[in-house]
Amino acid sequence: MTAPVLDLRARPSWRSVKDRLMTGLMIAAVAIVLVPLAAVLSSLIARGGGIVLAAFPDFFTEEIPRFSRRAGPGMGPAVVGTLLVTAAATAMAVPLGVLGAVYLHEYGGRGRLARLVRFMATVMTGVPSIVMGLFVYLLWTIRFGFSAFGGALALACLMLPVVIGASEQMLRLVPGHLREASYALGATKSRTILTVVLPAALPGIVSGCLLAVARAAGETAPLLFAVGAAKAFNWSVLHDANTALSMQIFGNAMDVPAAQDRAWGAALTLVLLTFLLTLTARLVTGRFARRR
Amino acid sequence: MEPAIAIPTSTPTPTRPPHVAPVLPERRSAPSLDAPAVFDLEDVEIYYGAFRAVRGVSMKIYEHQITAFIGPSGCGKTTVLRAFNRMHDTTPGARVAGKLRYHGVDLYAPEVSATEVRRRIGMVFQKPNPFPKSIYDNIAFGPRINGVSDRTRLDEIVERSLRSAALWDEVKDRLDRSALGLSGGQQQRLCIARTIAVEPEVVLMDEPCSALDPIATARIEELMRELKSRFTIVIVTHNMQQAARTSDRTAFFTAELDSKTDQRTGTLVEYDATARLFSNPRDERTENYITGRFG
Repeated sequence: MTAPVLDLRARPSWRSVKDRLMTGLMIAAVAIVLVPLAAVLSSLIARGGGIVLAAFPDFFTEEIPRFSRRAGPGMGPAVVGTLLVTAAATAMAVPLGVLGAVYLHEYGGRGRLARLVRFMATVMTGVPSIVMGLFVYLLWTIRFGFSAFGGALALACLMLPVVIGASEQMLRLVPGHLREASYALGATKSRTILTVVLPAALPGIVSGCLLAVARAAGETAPLLFAVGAAKAFNWSVLHDANTALSMQIFGNAMDVPAAQDRAWGAALTLVLLTFLLTLTARLVTGRFARRR
Repeated sequence: MEPAIAIPTSTPTPTRPPHVAPVLPERRSAPSLDAPAVFDLEDVEIYYGAFRAVRGVSMKIYEHQITAFIGPSGCGKTTVLRAFNRMHDTTPGARVAGKLRYHGVDLYAPEVSATEVRRRIGMVFQKPNPFPKSIYDNIAFGPRINGVSDRTRLDEIVERSLRSAALWDEVKDRLDRSALGLSGGQQQRLCIARTIAVEPEVVLMDEPCSALDPIATARIEELMRELKSRFTIVIVTHNMQQAARTSDRTAFFTAELDSKTDQRTGTLVEYDATARLFSNPRDERTENYITGRFG
């Protein structure tokens, strides 16, 4: 006698239809989200690509034309300015932010100071960037004049709460038994944090810092008050007015067509810069991840 | 299948599956009580906040012996173990009362540094917890803390520790690969190697085999027997057979309901040479636990 045949085929039912419908809706949602991204990228490349690629490195190395009517490349000073300001801001915000997060998570716990610091950091994430710029203007620019450092100060204030928040989250994710293992070997608390906890949390902290840097690199308002509007190359961080890509975009976007071209070029450069930053950070964290 | 050893009870309970009393290895000489005492506990009590987790523990742990703590869940065995190397310092609200002496020194005296204590008294945890670093860096972690930075010395220490933990042959070709790529049993042996790399005097083991399969468990038990000559070992175990197989002395803990506070507080019931405790327990609670009437 033959055994009864087992029918395991999917049964037509409302559930499988709903499943396919939902999958379709989610794919559609992704497509819709990608549309503005693709639109922005394509217009950047279309409008800015020309001037950036025309005589290749010239766009990044040439001076900004003194007369905006003059066509042709040159955003070198702005590239330098953005790099200086962002680097200085990162150098200030990242160590402070990571160490602050270490204090909050490892030492502060629920103490009053820790709760105050956490609250203040949350409040700072909501402060408008132009208010930060005004704050730096009153505190620094009035006394010391325009400089890249002033801009870096403002950007560091904007980056700090993001770095603290992301780092604290990552530290919280490090499992307690790793700390226990380290203590059981006779390590002090600070040694444990430096050699076990921070390395374990590092990829997440780097991503968090990267988000903060990407946000800072594109800020315009705070720089208006602090950096000034130079057009020449200025490699000094502490002296003399400087400029930045974001500010040049602002200044040139509504100017004559020749200047507008340069504004588009600057916009494309800024996006490429952020892209390179993200890529580098991915590679760095990838190396850590591979050693795991 | 019939149990190999007859159950030493009078009336077998019909609902309980047959319980095998622990098999004792032959020719086990009684552990020497002339050995110096490494730990001396006097009426130790441990509190978590207001909750008294353990009360009235008085015992001595002797050098170069394996002492096992057995007992049902929640009876305070791990709590007492963690008090030996001041791991309760890391738990907010935990407090140890009574006297816990290590070679005569009160471990909880205010001038005693917890990190110094832990360099001499190591611990292996229930779930293997290797650092997310290479195998080499895991073992070298302890020596590096103690100031050893010379590469050749570190190489020596790493090899010696891995050989002592019976792991060298399996990992000698991949010392710089991540420790997380090892199997569970290998990871636990790595944790043991890491603990003995700093050459402590005592190794505390909190249910080291509970997350491992029987073969890995057997290897670790074998390891413990080899390490006994160099270290003093205290092991917490749920597995009575393991305690019977490996330890020289056994302490039986149980949790008792305090009718006044309605809390379960752990207490030390009996502490004796393993052979005597399993064949001729003095306390009725011990006998009940060993013969499987509860727990």
